[in-house]
Amino acid sequence: MSKWFSKGTNNVMPNANESISGIATSLQRPDAAEKVCGTFEYSSDLVANNMLWGGTLRSPHPSARIVEINVENARGIQGVATALTANDLPGKPNYGLLMSDQPVLADEFVRFEGEPVALVAAADPEICRRALAAIEISYELLEPLTDPERAEDSPAVFPGGNVIRRVPIERGDPEASGDVVVEGVYEVGMQDQAFLGPESGVAVPNEDGSIDLYVATQGLHQDHAQLAPCLGLPGEKVRIHLAGVGGAFGGREDFSVHAHACFLALNTRRPVKMSYLRDESFRGHLHRHPARMWYRHHARKSGKLVKVEARILLDGGAYASSSSAVAGNAARFACGPYRVPNVSVEAICVRTNNHPCGAMRGFGAVQACYGHESQMDKLAKKLGMDPLEIRFINALQTGDRLPTGQKVHVPAPVRECLEAAAAVPLPGESSDNVDGYGLPGGAGRTADRSRIRRGVGFAVGYKNLAYSEGYDDNARVRCCLKDGKLTITSAAAEIGQGFVTVARQIAHEVLGVEDIALHPANTSDIGSAGSSAASRQTYMSGKAIELACRQIAQRVCEACGENWKVNAKQLSLANGRVRSEDGRFDVKLAEACGDPIETEVFHSHRQTFGMDKATGQGDTDASWIFGAQRAVVDVDLDLGLIRVVQITTGQDVGRAINPLSVIGQIEGGISQGLGLAVMEEVLSQDGVVQNGSFTDYLVPTFADMPPVEVTLIEKPEDGAPFGAKGVGETPSLSSTPAIAAAIRAATGLELPRVPIRPEQIALA
Amino acid sequence: MEIERRYELLINGKECKVESSWLGESLMYVLRERLGLWGTKNACEQGECGSCSVLIDGMLACSCLELAATAVGVDITTVEGLGAPDNMTDIQQSFIDEGAVQCGFCTPGLVVAVHDLLLSNPAPSGQEIKEALAGNLCRCTGYGRIEAAVVKVVQQRHE
Ligand code: FES
Ligand code: FES
Repeated sequence: MSKWFSKGTNNVMPNANESISGIATSLQRPDAAEKVCGTFEYSSDLVANNMLWGGTLRSPHPSARIVEINVENARGIQGVATALTANDLPGKPNYGLLMSDQPVLADEFVRFEGEPVALVAAADPEICRRALAAIEISYELLEPLTDPERAEDSPAVFPGGNVIRRVPIERGDPEASGDVVVEGVYEVGMQDQAFLGPESGVAVPNEDGSIDLYVATQGLHQDHAQLAPCLGLPGEKVRIHLAGVGGAFGGREDFSVHAHACFLALNTRRPVKMSYLRDESFRGHLHRHPARMWYRHHARKSGKLVKVEARILLDGGAYASSSSAVAGNAARFACGPYRVPNVSVEAICVRTNNHPCGAMRGFGAVQACYGHESQMDKLAKKLGMDPLEIRFINALQTGDRLPTGQKVHVPAPVRECLEAAAAVPLPGESSDNVDGYGLPGGAGRTADRSRIRRGVGFAVGYKNLAYSEGYDDNARVRCCLKDGKLTITSAAAEIGQGFVTVARQIAHEVLGVEDIALHPANTSDIGSAGSSAASRQTYMSGKAIELACRQIAQRVCEACGENWKVNAKQLSLANGRVRSEDGRFDVKLAEACGDPIETEVFHSHRQTFGMDKATGQGDTDASWIFGAQRAVVDVDLDLGLIRVVQITTGQDVGRAINPLSVIGQIEGGISQGLGLAVMEEVLSQDGVVQNGSFTDYLVPTFADMPPVEVTLIEKPEDGAPFGAKGVGETPSLSSTPAIAAAIRAATGLELPRVPIRPEQIALA
Repeated sequence: MEIERRYELLINGKECKVESSWLGESLMYVLRERLGLWGTKNACEQGECGSCSVLIDGMLACSCLELAATAVGVDITTVEGLGAPDNMTDIQQSFIDEGAVQCGFCTPGLVVAVHDLLLSNPAPSGQEIKEALAGNLCRCTGYGRIEAAVVKVVQQRHE
């Protein structure tokens, strides 16, 4: 177990220096110098010769039939190169991650507010805006379906009905009951990824009819598989290149400008740039699924769980995206990281005319975590137990069976995570209060000290690592060692998480080389790495790099053995040299073997299987990651304002390959969980979003974030790259329920819904 | 709209000619799209995120809220005017050392804002750092490492 403090003053981070360091050192990001100087090129910074700007016209209505579209006025504006509608589409009209249901441009119906209807390409963004405004559309308005509870009984939003997926899990004795029963209904609002870099990219058409798209994305090859058919082009005529990505958090799993920019570029035979403004971003990407969750927990007097019943309803919005996987996660993680002998769970994801929802950090598990942790606290209260104690009693361990019947085969340090979060001393009453600025209300200084209450809450959650349910999960990597220099070719998307750093550290650890280059990620030079999602890139592509480098190391030793007549088995690589155990052979890597050594690795994680349709049973997951948090909050009872005073966390990481990056992931994930707890929600009224801007959709600022104290629980997983699991998602699971629990402790209120709004406290 | 207007802006100590610009263009747009100074970022274009922060006559400003055509005759400093990869400021170096950079989209704006903060308040308290930088959103880091970077610069400058 290692402890890291987030306060700059008592930081115990190892000193990163210029040269590459291997595992467990905080190597600096290779792109950091460019990023701090403003010279790093993001997708919105791209330009091409003779470039046009593209714009999208979106439906203002959540449900309507398109009676007529007239783009002639727009086409007539000087500076406009083209205006296009669904009638002009060159290929397959629909796309989608798991199901091709989302139209590139709406044809007959629009199914959510913000659905793309027409496109324009023009000389500059201002002409584009005017041209979009000149397009005439007549809509026949239809009654939108906006209440997910009514979805099953309402007319189909999309052919095939309104249930995207129903996932039951039945295990053990359905008649089992406990000494105590607690029940609750909980809700999670719609959260937005709110990455800062706008959706953007440039599509460049070529003479030979092929096209190059430079775009910010999480998964180049999954984009490619959807894009080529939409453009009516064979796969080899479409190349996608990773442009600089300004954050993603799941929000770049689906298309943004992809098909639209290419479509305009092919049509005009000119490069086309598209870049969303923030209000369009709120309409142009998918959000986190809002959830309504009913729970009933049964337990013995001792606190031991007997049975969990749950029904989780997720609003998928108009199109399917990754909804079916989200529903699978919500069902599988509904009970939390606890031993539960009897389970009856159903998660269901439905279609409505609300904004479509898809991937966001921790998908499915985030919603469930808020539900099961609220229940655990309720149970503790009913039993008169300590909230920590009830979690310890039921904590999952290696060897236990999950609700799916799958046996936990990896380290499961649930208890350790909780203990670590609890071990940090509680902050003093006035720890952060300088002139009252540290009280709820901050610089507004509205707080009356006598009306401030402090509360403490705990939560623990877990989630699957990498893809599950039999979904092919693999990553391809090519490594080439030449003149002592290593080039890594991978299509893994660097989205800010630090894959470019970790990739180098792993290669350095195995080969001892300093000079490591990462070939730019694209779809034409290498096969798929899978998406930078599900906390999986270190675990998958990192592992592939490790394997490739081990193969290279072996070939170097063999070549040396042959060339220099030494025993290859006694050779090892370090510090850019090949040495024998006895030190008699000691040669620079660049001189040790003549030819370039290249190898390509295709790595798959352990096979997973689908869930049984009736019982949900199956070995569905490759591995899991666990994390616990303690939140300390101050609440202003009069105004309902909240200040999170401190977060402590114990985080299962397997092994921290780059501790500084891991801390960054944890702190960032916590800030998003804090946002969901007390401020972030995409609000819609009859299907129309009301707060699509950073003025109205609030994300945590510097002033909202408390100090975070992180304890890394390092229990290496067998077979994972140097034992490293993943860390992208778990930090965002438990902060929301921990903060909610702390607010409940401070106020005594039920607070069954997040984000918790001031009026729920002040007017209670 | 290409209205024939030319003007010059004084950016990072250099006179820059702005040509064929529509007069409604924001300073942020002109810096980026007309002058190729891409370090000024465009996360919201409505004054809420601070990623487009520049200094105008030494005052911290959101360039997305300034009309470029009215910024004639003032002294504009962008992130490019503070340091370059081969000649970084202590603030930029500290951001790297302390792990304050993830996707980095917020970073140039924060570098400008921290530069401004430490000019006016060379020894800010934790609360003063938080308050001063609360106008710069970062979605990746949770701000912990950024605070550490600022604290380190302050320490170094007082050594
Ligand atoms: S882009 Fe100017 S404040 Fe956000
Ligand atoms: S590092 Fe991504 S927004 Fe700050």
